[in-house]
Amino acid sequence: MNISININGETVTRDVEPRTLLVHFIRDTPGLTGTHWGCDTSNCGACVVQMDGQPLKSCTALAAMCEGHEIRTVEALEVDGKLDPIQQGFHEKHALQCGFCTPGMLMTTRALLDENPDPTEAEIRMAISGSICRCTGYQNIVAAVRWAAENAEAEVQS
Amino acid sequence: MQTPARFDYERATSLQGAIASLKEHEDSRIIAGGHSLLPMMKLRLASPTRLIDINDLTDLQYIREEGDEIAIGALTRHVELLKSELLAEHFPLFKDAELVIADPVVRNRGTIGGSLCQADAAEDLSAVCAAVKATVVITGADGTRTVPMDQFHLGPWTTAVGEGEILTEVRIAKRPGGGSAHEKVERRAGDWAIAAASAAVWIDGGVITDAGIALSAVGLTTIDLTRAEELLRGQPPSEELFEQAGAIASEDCMPIPDSRGPVDYKRHLAGVLTKRALRKATARALS
Ligand SMILES: Cc1cc2nc3c(=O)[nH]c(=O)nc-3n(C[C@H](O)[C@H](O)[C@H](O)COP(=O)(O)OP(=O)(O)OC[C@H]3O[C@@H](n4cnc5c(N)ncnc54)[C@H](O)[C@@H]3O)c2cc1C
Ligand code: FES
Ligand code: FES
Repeated sequence: MNISININGETVTRDVEPRTLLVHFIRDTPGLTGTHWGCDTSNCGACVVQMDGQPLKSCTALAAMCEGHEIRTVEALEVDGKLDPIQQGFHEKHALQCGFCTPGMLMTTRALLDENPDPTEAEIRMAISGSICRCTGYQNIVAAVRWAAENAEAEVQS
Repeated sequence: MQTPARFDYERATSLQGAIASLKEHEDSRIIAGGHSLLPMMKLRLASPTRLIDINDLTDLQYIREEGDEIAIGALTRHVELLKSELLAEHFPLFKDAELVIADPVVRNRGTIGGSLCQADAAEDLSAVCAAVKATVVITGADGTRTVPMDQFHLGPWTTAVGEGEILTEVRIAKRPGGGSAHEKVERRAGDWAIAAASAAVWIDGGVITDAGIALSAVGLTTIDLTRAEELLRGQPPSEELFEQAGAIASEDCMPIPDSRGPVDYKRHLAGVLTKRALRKATARALS
C-alpha cells in the first residue's frame, strides 16, 4: 500500500506492506537513520520518536497507523546548525557514551520539556522510565535535562 | 527482526463501518493502541488477516459524568485515565494503577478498551474495573448490550465480546461513601505485576455496605475475591477484618510459578497487597 507520512515537516511517500513498522519506515528513508532500533519489544525506548508532539515507541506502531500524523525524529532537533538545548545539555553533562539510547532519550525528554519546562528530578526519572541506558547510567541524563531546562533560551552551537 | 505475518489494513471512519468490516472479514481484528496486539503479532502469537484501526474514532475517547455514572470511552488512553480529575475524585484507584502501568511512553498509546479486551490476567485495569464493579458496553450491528465485569472475562485471553462486536464503553456507578485503591508489586519500573490487588469499599454509618476486590497476575484470569467481599459486607472496617480478607486472598489466588516468582511468594504478596489496598480504600472512603 502507498503510505505518506509527514516526517520532520516533509512528506515521505512509499509503497510498503501494511505490516511495515514505523521504525523501519523511518530508517529506510535516506538521511533518517538517527532513530535507533533496539529491543524490538517496546521495552528499551531507543526507537522513540514524537507523534503529534508525544513520545511513541516506533517499533510498536505500524507505519500505516501514522498517516495523517506528524512524526518528529532526532534529526529535527538541530536547526540551521544550532543544537537544541537538550542536545547541548547531553553534551555539557556527558549524558552519553555509546549513544545507542540517545535518540530515544532526546525525543522523550524534549517532549517532557515542551510540556513541563521546569521538571523535577523525579519527573525526569518518571519520563525516561521507559528508556534503558546500558552504559552511561541515568545520573548524567537527568543532569542534562536539568541543564536544558535551565538554559532553555541558550544560544547553543553545533 | 520481529515482523508480523502479512495482513490487510484498513482505517475505520465510523463505528458501524468497523463493525461491518469485522463481520465481513473472517479473522479480522480491531487495533487500538496496538501495544498488546502488535507485540503478539511480532511473536506470531496472533496472526489476524486484517486489522481494522479504530484510532480515528475519537468519539470513543472521553471520560465524563452521566447522571449517577462515570462513562469512559473504549479508546481512552492510559495517560488520560492517569490525568483525569473526575476519576481521581470518584475512583482514585485508576490513578494508583496508571502510575505503575507500563511506562509513560506506552501509556500515551494503550487504551482501556484494549486492556480489557486483551484479557491478560496481568492487566491492571481488569482488576481495577472488576473491583469498582464496572459494566462494559458492547456494540454490534444490532445495537448495544451491557455486561457486568464479573461476566466479561470468560477465560484467559477470552472475553464476552462476540464476532462482529466492539467494546465501546466502560461505565461505573457512583455510590455514596465509596473509597478505592490499587496496590502492585513489580520487579522493575514499567514491568507487569508480580501481583496486584484492587479494592473498593462503600461505607455507610460505620459499616461496610459493599466491597469489591480483584487480583491481577496471580491466576489464569483476573481473580474476583467474592469470598472476601462477602466477609466484609455488614462489618465495621478493622485491621483484623483486613487481615482475614488478606488470608482469603492468599488462599483463593491460583498463581503460576514463573520468572517473576514462586507460588508461595505470590500468595504472600496477594495477601499483603489485598490488606494494603483495603486499608487505603477505607481511609479514602472515610476522609
Ligand atoms: C512494555 C509494555 C509494558 C506493559 N506493562 C503493563 C502493565 O504493567 N500493566 C498493564 O496492565 N498493562 C501493561 N501493558 C499493556 C498496555 O497497557 C497495553 O496498552 C494494553 O494492554 C492494550 O491496550 P491497546 O489499546 O494497546 O490494545 P491493542 O494492542 O490495540 O489490542 C489488544 C486486544 O484488544 C482488542 N481490542 C482493542 N480495542 C478493542 C475494542 N474497543 N473492542 C474490541 N476489541 C478490542 C484487539 O483486537 C486485541 O486483541 C504493557 C505494554 C507494554 C508494551
Ligand atoms: S526498539 Fe522500540 S522500544 Fe526497544
Ligand atoms: S549511552 Fe550507551 S546505552 Fe545509553
